[in-house]
Amino acid sequence: MKKIKVTMYFPSNKITAPVTYHLIKDYNLMLNILNADVSLNKIGTLVVDIEGEEKDIEAGLEFVKSQGADYKVFSKSIIWQEESCVHCGACTAVCPSGALTMDKTDWNLTFDKEKCLVCELCVKACPLKVMCVRNGDKA
Amino acid sequence: MSYKSFDEINEKIKTGKAVVVTAEQMIDIVEEKGIRQAAKEVDVVTTGTFGPMCSSGAFINFGHSDPPIRMSKVWLNDVPAYAGVAAVDAYIGATELSESRGMEYGGAHVIEDLIAGKDVHLYAESYGTHCYPRKEISTYINKNNINQAFMFNPRNAYQNYNAASNSSEKIMYTYMGTLLPKCANVTYSTSGQLSPLLNDPLYRTIGIGTRIFMGGTQGYVAWEGTQHNPEQKRGENGVPLASAGTLSLIGDLKKMDTRFIRAAVFQQYGVTMFVGVGIPIPILDEDIAEKTAVRNRDIYTNIVDYSVSSGPKPVLKKVSYEELMSGSVDLNGKIIPSAPLSSMKKAREIAVTLRELIMAGEFFITQPISSLPLTNTVNKLEIREDGNR
Repeated sequence: MKKIKVTMYFPSNKITAPVTYHLIKDYNLMLNILNADVSLNKIGTLVVDIEGEEKDIEAGLEFVKSQGADYKVFSKSIIWQEESCVHCGACTAVCPSGALTMDKTDWNLTFDKEKCLVCELCVKACPLKVMCVRNGDKA
Repeated sequence: MSYKSFDEINEKIKTGKAVVVTAEQMIDIVEEKGIRQAAKEVDVVTTGTFGPMCSSGAFINFGHSDPPIRMSKVWLNDVPAYAGVAAVDAYIGATELSESRGMEYGGAHVIEDLIAGKDVHLYAESYGTHCYPRKEISTYINKNNINQAFMFNPRNAYQNYNAASNSSEKIMYTYMGTLLPKCANVTYSTSGQLSPLLNDPLYRTIGIGTRIFMGGTQGYVAWEGTQHNPEQKRGENGVPLASAGTLSLIGDLKKMDTRFIRAAVFQQYGVTMFVGVGIPIPILDEDIAEKTAVRNRDIYTNIVDYSVSSGPKPVLKKVSYEELMSGSVDLNGKIIPSAPLSSMKKAREIAVTLRELIMAGEFFITQPISSLPLTNTVNKLEIREDGNR
């Protein structure tokens, strides 16, 4: 089993097939939608975790392309240098996915990598520069 | 009404009998036992805050070189320091930016590096005088080879501050953090019920000369802070409803700890410094006990629209810190996320550390030499064509 994070792009008016349905049913993939941005006459984006057998993932992504959509596998990740963090919470102001949150009992910052969209807003927002981008998917 | 004196409390601290609690613990004690009993039992309440405080800096005396120099311009790691004070004294301000690295490094970083014991490059120029012939110097200093290095912060520990949002269509990068367009977030900066001046709203025990915990060591309240605004509107509990009192603080940089002083950069705004401050409040009487039991739900501020850059910024909502700290606020029927900029975790660490120092008999309380003013308002800077020369 393998798990990857992918952004899919859907050009407006072009996609007619229920792509996620087919990925799940025909390719036996587990999809976890992390973010969806769909508006009229705009390229729609879908950020998903895809989990399944490697060959199924490959075939599934081929199917996405065949439908006129495009995709990009996440190659970067956000690294939280916790030992230098003061847990001020400034990064939580900009995190769109709830990956960065404050624990309301001990006021620790918590970082849920699974939810991270690697939008990099926290990298800019952190006053202590303890959030950084790492190339490659490994932590 | 029972009454304790500063001396009585210090005597208890000396003999290890003082009852010391944090401002958060005090809330529960008052809730459980009532104000009268709490005032009798508790001797000192400790507070804490750890937020970005721009109005900070340090005086340094470098010592004299041979031959000596009357430094007229000084750079520390390429950050300009103010040298218009005697021959080898300078003031490094926290928000000053590096001339070579811009916003990524500034005065606050120089201060943090000095506290950490690192070598800092000193470059100074002079026009040369008969008594100070040297015209240039380039060397390295650290906290062990300079004379005095004391932090002197003109405005710290703001008693309340507005929360920020942005109604415009564009993202804003401010000293209140990144403000998303269309009021998609709110930021605030406080330690709320743990904050020093919110626990002594009318400055009954915090005054000039008060010994405090500052940056990991003992410091003092030197004066009222700049922009001290005690006449701000207050609630029935005496707590100001917007930014009010401030403190000017002084402390020995050499004894500080980078756990409690941290340089910071706010995107596109610049450099600032997180300053850790804790102030002990002696429980002299019931009124003081009651004030130290203040809760986040009883402390209010305004959410202000930072997209308005001219004239007074419109108030979007009056809000309690309880609501802000819940993680979201209701703004005109829309639930939007609220995020802190001041570390509650560190504020607690400071209040707890100060409590332990007092209980160990290593930190004594001080009676102010003089009270902070209760009357004073803040002037605006007028743009005038002529002076009265």
